[in-house]
Formats: sequence, C-alpha cells, structure tokens
Amino acid sequence: MTDVAHSARPTQQHALLDWIKSIVMSALPFVVVIALWQFAALFFPRVLFPSLVDVFWRCLEIFSDGAMFWNVASTVLRILGGLAGAFVIGALLGFAMVRSKAVDKFLSPVLTLFQGIPALSWVVFAIIWFHGTEFRIFFIMVMTTLPAFTFQIISALRGMSKDLMEMVFSFRPTRMKMFRTMVAPAILPDILTAWKVNLGNASRVVVVAELVGASGGVGYQLLQQQQLFDMAGALAWTLQLVFFVLLVQGVLTLIENTAFRYRAVSERAL
Amino acid sequence: MTHAIDMTQTPANSASAVADDGSIHLSDVSKVFGREGSAGAYRAVDHLNLDVVPGQMLALLGKTGCGKSTIFNMVAGLTEPTSGVVRVGGRDPFVDFDSFRGRMAIVFQSDRLLPWRTAIQNVELGLEMLDHPPADRKERARKWLIKLGLGGHEDDFPHALSGGMRQRVSIARAFATDAQILLCDEPFSALDEATAGKLRVEFARLVKENGKTAVFITHSISEALEIGDRIVVLKRPAMIAYDVSFSRDTSAEDRALIRERISEVLAA
Repeated sequence: MTDVAHSARPTQQHALLDWIKSIVMSALPFVVVIALWQFAALFFPRVLFPSLVDVFWRCLEIFSDGAMFWNVASTVLRILGGLAGAFVIGALLGFAMVRSKAVDKFLSPVLTLFQGIPALSWVVFAIIWFHGTEFRIFFIMVMTTLPAFTFQIISALRGMSKDLMEMVFSFRPTRMKMFRTMVAPAILPDILTAWKVNLGNASRVVVVAELVGASGGVGYQLLQQQQLFDMAGALAWTLQLVFFVLLVQGVLTLIENTAFRYRAVSERAL
Repeated sequence: MTHAIDMTQTPANSASAVADDGSIHLSDVSKVFGREGSAGAYRAVDHLNLDVVPGQMLALLGKTGCGKSTIFNMVAGLTEPTSGVVRVGGRDPFVDFDSFRGRMAIVFQSDRLLPWRTAIQNVELGLEMLDHPPADRKERARKWLIKLGLGGHEDDFPHALSGGMRQRVSIARAFATDAQILLCDEPFSALDEATAGKLRVEFARLVKENGKTAVFITHSISEALEIGDRIVVLKRPAMIAYDVSFSRDTSAEDRALIRERISEVLAA
C-alpha cells in the first residue's frame, strides 16, 4: 500500500465521523422533543397528548387520501401565490422607491404603517371588503408580507457595491443587461433571505385566514379538529404545514448553496 | 539635448476631434462639486485644456486630490463637466454615453471583478454588452487570459485568485473588448512592487502592440516614465503644471532630467 493510501484512510474516516456527528446533532433536538411528548402521552389523556404513533397514522391518512391532501395542496398554493404576489409588487415598489426620492418619501410611511397592522385585522378587513374566498386570502397574504419584501429589496438595491455598478456602467450596458449581469446577482442573496423569512410568516398567516374565512385548507381543517377536540388530527394537520415549510426552506438552501458557491469561506468563519 | 524631448504643450488637435478615433479633447473644462459660488462648493478642475492624440499613452500625475480622477470620470462619461467641452473621438462621452459601447474600456484601481462570475466570465462581461456570440466571447476571453498568464484559471472565482491575478483579469477584461481608448486609474497601486513591475511591462506592451490610446493615472513618477510617452503633471485644482512628451529612445540622462523637473513641480 502506498503512503498516499495510508494517509487517505484516516481522512476519509474523519469525514465519515464528522458527517455522522452532524446528522446526530441535527436530529438530537427532534428526538428529545418526540421522546418528551411520548413520555407525556403515557401519563396524560389522549385528548391532551395523543401518542405520536396515532399522529403518524393520521399524517399518512392525509397524504394518501386525495380529498384530504387537496386541503394541504390548496394551502400550499395560497402561500406560494400570496408570496409571489407580494414579491412582485414589493420588487416593483422597491425599484420605484430606490429610483425616486419622492416615491420613497410617500410610500415608506405607508409600508411602515402596514407593518404595524396585525394579520387578524387584515383578515377582518378582507372579509368586510371582498367576496371571493381566494381573493380574500390572497389579499391578506400580500398585505402581511409586502412590507418585508419591499424593505428587503430596497436594502439590497441600496447595498449594491457602487464600485461594481460603476465598472459595469463603464461598458455601457442596456438596462436589461445591467439588470441581468449586475443587479439580479447582487440582490439575489437578500431576495432568498426575504423568501425564507416571509415563508414562515405566510404559513402562520394563511392558517389564520383559512380559520376565519375559508371552506378548505389546513386552517379550515384545524378548526374542524378543534370542534372535535381531536388533538392527534390537529397535530397531523399542523405537521403538514411544517413539512411544507421545511421542504421549501430546503429548496431555498439548495439554491443558495448552488448560486453562492462563489463565496469565499474562511476556515475560521462564524 | 541629444534626444527630442518635446517639453512644450502638446499641440491642440481640435480638428482631429471630429473623427471617430482615439482622440481626447478637453477645452476650458471646469468641474465644481456642490452649487457654484456656495460655501460648500469645491472646484476640482479649473479651465483645463488637454488634447491626447490617437495612439498616445498619457500618464496623468499629481498629488492626491488634484482632480485626476475627476478628469478621468469626465473622459469616461461618468461625470458631467460644469463648463467647457469634453470630446472623445469627436463626441461628448457624457451625452452620447451609449455610443461609446465597445470603444472605451476602463481599468480601475481595484480589480472590481464581479464575485459571482468566474475569471473567464468576468473577461466576457464587456463582450456580452457588445452582443458577441457566446462561443466567440469565450474564445476571446480565454485568449486574453492566456496572454496575461492566467491559462488554467479560467474557471476560478475571484476569491480564489491572488491580488495580482485578479488585476490581470481586470486588464484582460478591458483589452478583450478591443476598445480604442483605455482609461486606467492607478491600476497597479494596490499590488506589491514585483507584481506591479511585471504587469506594467505587460500592460505597456499590450497597449503599444494594439495601437490603443491610453490615459493612465498614477502617483508614481517611475511608473509614469516607464509606461507613458507623455506625462502631464497636475496641480490643484486640476490645472496643468507640466507637460512633457518623450519616446522609448529618450536617454537615461534626459529621463533623469524629466524626473527631476516633475519632482520640483510636485514639491512646489
């Protein structure tokens, strides 16, 4: 065996050990929470702490039943639709506010005001103002996530390197090329962060909106479980949303890892 | 003097300014930052007249804050003069900004590479603006990277390159567009002397070989003498204090004289 092979083996073993360690460390908090819940289920009535085995079968039931899964899918579509709407409007407002001081002066206080309005108030306003369920929910989602998207995009645009902008300008780009080569890649990290932050907010808000004003979706199903005093069902429906948020966060992280591979990583990084 | 050193003001070439060439013409140019006449106003350039003929390599020398970068930005079309006329190839670089696409390239003090692009993608940037087909721009970019000793680093991101290598990429980016006019703002000042020396030689060779007009801002008399074939020394606020043309054949004694004179002007 060569020296290289000798030296490679411990390195591979270290890498494997590090990988196992990271998996265990990531799973540990979940294992602890599951164990505590299961422990509580032994001593409390099912209506308060149902067995996680029951919850698992309820989750499976939701996944396998087309009509039930449609409730999850419609909630997911509402979240994604609302976020997409808020993102597009927020991007347009953000660009307009960065380009014009007058627009910025006019819209900044309005958006700050919106940020202070509770999600439940938007739900009430939407029910009073509009008729269609889907439009109501879309409106609520947009109004609750719009300020964060707009402010994040403004901050990203203002934070772009002036030196790099000037460099790209020196090649006399068209507006489209300026956007494609400089603006979009420069603001992408902030956009992904905004999506990650708003995703959590949106999944909470959509449930409230569905709870009050919808006849389907996870929020509506949660209301049904509450009326039946079915904790296993409530948990199973809640977990559907958690799975969705984790899935989308995973996709966003994957995009980050691919799109930002250019970033230098210090060995002493925080 | 045995060698021809034209120590006079370079002849005005306003007539040539009509042609679409590499000429640069500044006539009675002033630049005031802030409202003129107000207490906070700052006059960076004061009634400057300067002509650069096509193919000339002009080194602009002066103390910090003497207005070199302001002149640079006005020639690049990034800043508008407060008064006077700036013409590059007969056109106003600020008003006709877009018409200089592919005709003017800039090498900045820092490399200013886009961190999300690899070395070759950074070199391709100017060619993208000129709508070169992808295969052609890749080929050209690769050629320039190899020319500047960066073969094998095409797919490296800027963070993986040393300061000298990054600056070479930025020089390759400027040359790749085959622009007639090169504007360089102290491109080697952030590098160590050995790397800067090597790059200076490469840069001067490339400019001459490709028949470019170059305006080169520097703080270093040695650098100006090494690269330029004309040196303009500026005093605050950007007025010409000394203007000298020389050639590669200029003797060491004459170069020493020029250096001495420049030192005196800068010290004054």
